[in-house]
Amino acid sequence: MELNANNENEVLVKPPISSVGVIGWIKGNLFSSPFNTILTIIIVSILWFSILPFLNWALIDSSWLPDANCRESGGACWSIISSNYKIILFGFYPQDILWRPITAIVMLVSLLCISRNRNYWNAFLGYSWLISLIIMGILLKGGILGLEPVDIERWGGIILTLLLSVFGLTAAYPLGIILALGRQSEMPVIKTFCIFYIELIRGVPLISLLFMSSVVFPLFLPEGVSINAILRAQVAIIMFTAAYVAEVVRGGLQGMNKGQFEAADSIGLNYFQTMRLIILPQALKIVIPPSVSVLISAFKDTSLVVIIGLYDLLKTTQTTLSEPKWMGFSAEAYIFIALIYFVCCFFMSNYSRKLEKELDTGL
Amino acid sequence: MKLLKVLAVCLTVLAMSTFAMAGTLEDVRAKGYIQAGVNGSLFGFGKADEKGVWKGLDVDSARALSVAVFGSPDKLKFTPLTAKTRFTALQSGEIDVLFRNCTQTLSRDTALGLDFCQVNYYDGQGFLIPRKLGVKSAKELDGATVCVLPGTTTEMNVADYFRANGMKMNPVVIEDTSELAKAFFAGRCDCLTSDASQLAGTRAVAPNPADYMILPEIISKEPLAPAVRHGDNQWKDIVNYSVLAMINAEELGITSKNVDEMLKSSDPKIKRFLGVTKGNGKAIGLDENFAYNIIKMVGNYGEIFERNVGVNTQLGIERGLNALWTDGGLMYSPPFK
Repeated sequence: MELNANNENEVLVKPPISSVGVIGWIKGNLFSSPFNTILTIIIVSILWFSILPFLNWALIDSSWLPDANCRESGGACWSIISSNYKIILFGFYPQDILWRPITAIVMLVSLLCISRNRNYWNAFLGYSWLISLIIMGILLKGGILGLEPVDIERWGGIILTLLLSVFGLTAAYPLGIILALGRQSEMPVIKTFCIFYIELIRGVPLISLLFMSSVVFPLFLPEGVSINAILRAQVAIIMFTAAYVAEVVRGGLQGMNKGQFEAADSIGLNYFQTMRLIILPQALKIVIPPSVSVLISAFKDTSLVVIIGLYDLLKTTQTTLSEPKWMGFSAEAYIFIALIYFVCCFFMSNYSRKLEKELDTGL
Repeated sequence: MKLLKVLAVCLTVLAMSTFAMAGTLEDVRAKGYIQAGVNGSLFGFGKADEKGVWKGLDVDSARALSVAVFGSPDKLKFTPLTAKTRFTALQSGEIDVLFRNCTQTLSRDTALGLDFCQVNYYDGQGFLIPRKLGVKSAKELDGATVCVLPGTTTEMNVADYFRANGMKMNPVVIEDTSELAKAFFAGRCDCLTSDASQLAGTRAVAPNPADYMILPEIISKEPLAPAVRHGDNQWKDIVNYSVLAMINAEELGITSKNVDEMLKSSDPKIKRFLGVTKGNGKAIGLDENFAYNIIKMVGNYGEIFERNVGVNTQLGIERGLNALWTDGGLMYSPPFK
């Protein structure tokens, strides 16, 4: 009985309220010493004086509707987005047939989402990609099936950004692997060529490559031949990214244990079998994090085409900002496209973490 | 780096020397459209609106050319170009004509292998001041603080102007155009100097535009003209007279609204101009009624000026140097005969 009472007492006596729950956490983490208390007060006041005015600016005082008179309200002018989203997102694409690029982008995003899950990786998905890419091309370009043709020059905004990055990255990665293998090759011509290519491209900034492609290259073409400016920029981006991917992949190849090569030799595999079945699967896995950084920065680098006058997402935004009506509302416009870039980059880095986890064999 | 530059120049010259002098007019007719280089982000001159429709003084000049060649203002494809890519695009044949607020200079006209046509806008550097400063002329700006962009000819021009007039100035140099405007509106300087057409745009975004005015003095010469490749004389003539037709029409009092009535005019100048009396079209290699079409479909120079940059637009630019010679401006067309 006595024991019971004691037990009951033990249950009843809770720790003082100041050491558990929210208050306890606050006391333990934010006000545990005079120094921490001062830091907490400083940081909270900084947050108070920066976050509150920001929220006030962005949400409360702001104007959202198209054609709102932004200059009279003191807050953010999201009207710049609602009035101009068509030209910012789609550039000069004819605005009465915007359903075509929108459908193409939805197809692309859903395929990307499905492909995130490696369980779905099979021949069917491969064919789906192939067919979808063709459908997307037809949707964007038009000219058959009664679709109004649209010149590639008119593709702009997010269409161009996605085009440059998706094709840029998917073409650059295999090219980079080939260059990395070439650099490891024992054939002197191939090896020299690959080293020369990689070092040359890595030795110049992307801007200079883009300038070469847009300003110098056209002068060498025979008269009457002109290659589309978007294609030229696309090739420059692929060449540039491939050189960086090559160096990352080389790191993975050099990280492989020599025993792996010897084991492959001993069971009689030839060079291609060795690479395809043994070396590359392991090497590429090691280099997932650095490759994703390369791909993310390549994605963001596509915005550099702004300097050669291609209307990617950044350039269409800048064009909108050059209109007297919208001058001075650059913060709102740039926040909007920063969000778009963030979502894409976050998707990529998130996927790379997932892939790393799935492929983790404890090596 | 130096070697690279030399190499690039050599290759450029080499590439340019291989241009055959094929007629741009035949090329353009064969492909069915004119590829025109434009600015792409200069409001009032060349820029697409929020619906993607191209607008501006340069764009309308290009439309006049399209009308002259094809009888329709829409046989055009626009290539937006940056200041760096514009001349290469023309040299390499990527575009057929450049309507991109380019200042005509001797070196561009010669060494770059371009030919400039009729000027469609006379720009120049000017001053924007708050009305409350009570100044009526740039000559009264002695001792003023001047907001100016760094590293441009603008900075040099204004220093030269003050020195030449024996005045003192305190420059306030700010990198970015919009920051410069903010500083000026906040009262950090007495006046802001830039190209006159841009001053108008800056004034338009002032908290209260009526409080500011642009001084009448223009201190530098910036004749903005369309350009074509050197050596294609027929094409140059066509670009030239497409622009001149709009200027001549304004001088003759012909507008897009009264052009049909003017066909019945008994004035021989008007009859020749509109193609009622034949001859001009054959001489230049176009339809006899090319000038009529331009005025009917695009308008005369005064109309395109007022529509794109004039006092009733957001830019609110006065005609000034761009008025007809009969009104004290520089717009002067040779006779169409």
